[in-house]
Amino acid sequence: MSTFVIGYYALLIGASCLAAYFKKRQLFLLIFSLTLISFVTGIVGGVGALRFITVAAGLLALAAGVSYAFREFLIIIASDGVAKELRTAPLTAAFGMFVIFTYAIAGIFAPIIAPFGEAEVISSAFAPADENMLLGADQLGRDMFSRLIYGARNTVGLALVATSLAFILGALTGLLAATKGGWFDQLMGRVADVIMSVPSLIFALLMLSIFGTSLFVIVIIVALIYSPRVFRLTRAVAGNVVVMDYIEAAKLRGEGNWYLIRREILPNSTAPLVAEFGLEFCFVFLLIAGLSFLGLGIQPPTADWGSMVRENATLISFGELTPLIPAAAIALLTVSVNFVVDWMLFRSSGLKEV
Amino acid sequence: MVPKKDVLLEVKDLRIEGYSDEQWIEIVHGVDLTLHKGEVLGLIGESGAGKSTIGLAAMGFARDGCRISGGSIEFDGMELTTTPEGDLRALRGSRIAYVAQSAAASFNPAHRIIDQHTEAPIQYRIQKRVEAQEDAMELYHRLRLPNPDEIGFRYPHQVSGGQLQRAMTAMAMACRPDLIIFDEPTTALDVTTQIEVLAAIRDIVDQFNTAAIYITHDLAVVAQMADTIKVLLKGEEVEEAPTEQMLDAPSEDYTKSLWAVRSFKRPQKERPTEAGSIPIVSVKNVDAAYGKIKVLDDVSFDIYPGMTVAVVGESGSGKSTTARCITGLLPPTKGEIQFNGESLPPRYQDRTKDQLRQAQMIYQMADTALNPKIKISEIIGRPAQFYRGVRGAELKNRVDELLDLIELDPAKFYNRYPPELSGGQKQRVGIARALAADPSFIICDEVTSALDQLVAEGILKLLDKLQEDFNLAYMFITHDLATVRSIADEVVVMQRGKVVEQGAKDEMFTPPHHPYTDLLLSSVPEMDPNWLTTLLEERGTDSIGEAANV
Repeated sequence: MSTFVIGYYALLIGASCLAAYFKKRQLFLLIFSLTLISFVTGIVGGVGALRFITVAAGLLALAAGVSYAFREFLIIIASDGVAKELRTAPLTAAFGMFVIFTYAIAGIFAPIIAPFGEAEVISSAFAPADENMLLGADQLGRDMFSRLIYGARNTVGLALVATSLAFILGALTGLLAATKGGWFDQLMGRVADVIMSVPSLIFALLMLSIFGTSLFVIVIIVALIYSPRVFRLTRAVAGNVVVMDYIEAAKLRGEGNWYLIRREILPNSTAPLVAEFGLEFCFVFLLIAGLSFLGLGIQPPTADWGSMVRENATLISFGELTPLIPAAAIALLTVSVNFVVDWMLFRSSGLKEV
Repeated sequence: MVPKKDVLLEVKDLRIEGYSDEQWIEIVHGVDLTLHKGEVLGLIGESGAGKSTIGLAAMGFARDGCRISGGSIEFDGMELTTTPEGDLRALRGSRIAYVAQSAAASFNPAHRIIDQHTEAPIQYRIQKRVEAQEDAMELYHRLRLPNPDEIGFRYPHQVSGGQLQRAMTAMAMACRPDLIIFDEPTTALDVTTQIEVLAAIRDIVDQFNTAAIYITHDLAVVAQMADTIKVLLKGEEVEEAPTEQMLDAPSEDYTKSLWAVRSFKRPQKERPTEAGSIPIVSVKNVDAAYGKIKVLDDVSFDIYPGMTVAVVGESGSGKSTTARCITGLLPPTKGEIQFNGESLPPRYQDRTKDQLRQAQMIYQMADTALNPKIKISEIIGRPAQFYRGVRGAELKNRVDELLDLIELDPAKFYNRYPPELSGGQKQRVGIARALAADPSFIICDEVTSALDQLVAEGILKLLDKLQEDFNLAYMFITHDLATVRSIADEVVVMQRGKVVEQGAKDEMFTPPHHPYTDLLLSSVPEMDPNWLTTLLEERGTDSIGEAANV
């Protein structure tokens, strides 16, 4: 028995006893069940498995600590109203915000952070990591880490622009359809049905092969594919608002449609729309990454997470983790955005914990 | 003194807490309550007094966000605060039943009435399905529902509101409970329908010797139903006494103020008699329809400047539709609306800004009439800005002036949002928004029916004062004849889209009446505990079921 194993069990058992003594029921259950699991994995997997558990638990604790600190930090710097809302955020949401914040920093300051340019060949193909290159080189000998940082800027930036456009398009038509009603509503509804009835990836592939693969075309097509979902949500939410008496009062005052939409309807439908924005962002992001993986999205040599996975895919056969790093970056962002969206959905649904 | 063994429900020092702003706040502060078998207890008080919360606690139930924090609730020897949830569930529906305010919202629209009725007896294995159905029909007979053998096989939306409320009472009776809790069962009904429901509830409670807790804010109603009345204020008991004694000689000041609330009355004004005077609004032979269904038939009446015309009638009589025609939301199919002698375009979209400004509207539900996301200052300021182009400091002065008019402190309310206000305050903001346009005519659509009596009286006084100050004409839509008595100059009685009678108020309240007016007038509950009995005798028991069909 190594000192590590003895220390490991001593720590766990000590912590669970302390938790039990201070009547922290949930904490005790968590730590003690971990102890029991460790007995089994220790016997089956040996010291290696125990080390893995230690590292995983340490990472989790680190993530929780970072999230907690980040939330407290936000609460301190935010204004009173926002701070009150932030206090209701669970740790997962704080973690999501932290990750999004990190990605934003990486994207905005990419040229400063990245040690090399995104198209700069600095080494041999598939060179392993060294003190120069944190994550090794890709199939052309470019620095993986630098490309990852530039990828944040390209992929996330593109997804953000496309989602925003989809939202402006969808929300505006949705609000107009709800306020105007009649033939305009019918027409817009049918157009949305038509777009939604075509599978999105096939529709995107078709359009891209017709119009070519420029950034502008990608943004327009992705926005067009996702705007019907936004349209339907906005129309449903606004539909519940336009029947209220205050809308009737504003109409009888003689207010125009634009005032109705801007001042009366929009403030009452923002919460579900913001939550939807987060969700749509994930879908758009994955669609663009998927298109890049197929070679129809962002074109080389521009760094992009989707195409980075594809280009380095051959490495998988050699048991290398390199191609999985950009994939993990995509996964982490998607999960983070969803954490934040879950929290917002919870708030907008009006459910209150007792 | 009733012997102890007859005590069915004994509540002692009941304390209930509600969760708000992340802390528990006590909302019911130690209420005691004793109910004997076959006794009816009336709980009255304004909204927020904790009536419903106490009623539900009598079933051992606390709403989401509430908890019973102290005291004891003993039902027939069983302590409900410590009984496990499973046993409580077995108790509810079988031995304690609950009748909610809105039967329409409490029935499941996807199932037939009788299936919902028989669910409890079958579930508790008291009766087989066929027996339970026969029993349901028997109860429908006793509650004098039309077509008792058939009505249960309809869906809730195929039955009228008053009938649904009676079916709900029948459902509560399905397991022959010892105790029924009625939570404002007639508040949402018209006076004419209310009578049937009241009579039905009273009969059935008598017949089965069921104990009941009757929750309401209407004194006249509770006087008909209850043996004992308990007055509540902000979660505390004010006083409790047998009905007669409570009505004749209330001992607490608060109770006296409740009793005196309907005393506001102002003298009737006469139409101007000079030759040149023209009505500010004149409805001329208006027909209107929703789709193919005709809802207004040849409606005509005039409203003169500075006068209040009350439009009364039960729901579905076309009162609100007339208002929609005047505002231009529903263009009439025939006839026209004249404003100051000039014909108005039928659609509001075609009217000029000035025409729109002159006629304003105050809504029944202040909750939905004010945008919850806009500050009070902007809600009130917008009409002034929109019609007159008032801006900046001048606009702020105008809003302050309006807030002063509606007796709200500008410093406190300027930057608030509607959800932060009470019901009465919201209704005042609604009035200020109408005033901000400098109108000469205001439509008040049931403005006081969602408010407590004390608050409603404040609103009526305010409206009256504003009428004096600005020479406003009001069209007052209401089904509450007490309101009509206190504020109207002229009355228009509507039934099924037609004007059945109209004239000056004093004339309308003195016989002879049109039969429908008579029915409306005699249906308004009075504070006399024998009123319902006398009325039923006068009308003959059989006519009760027909009251809705007149």
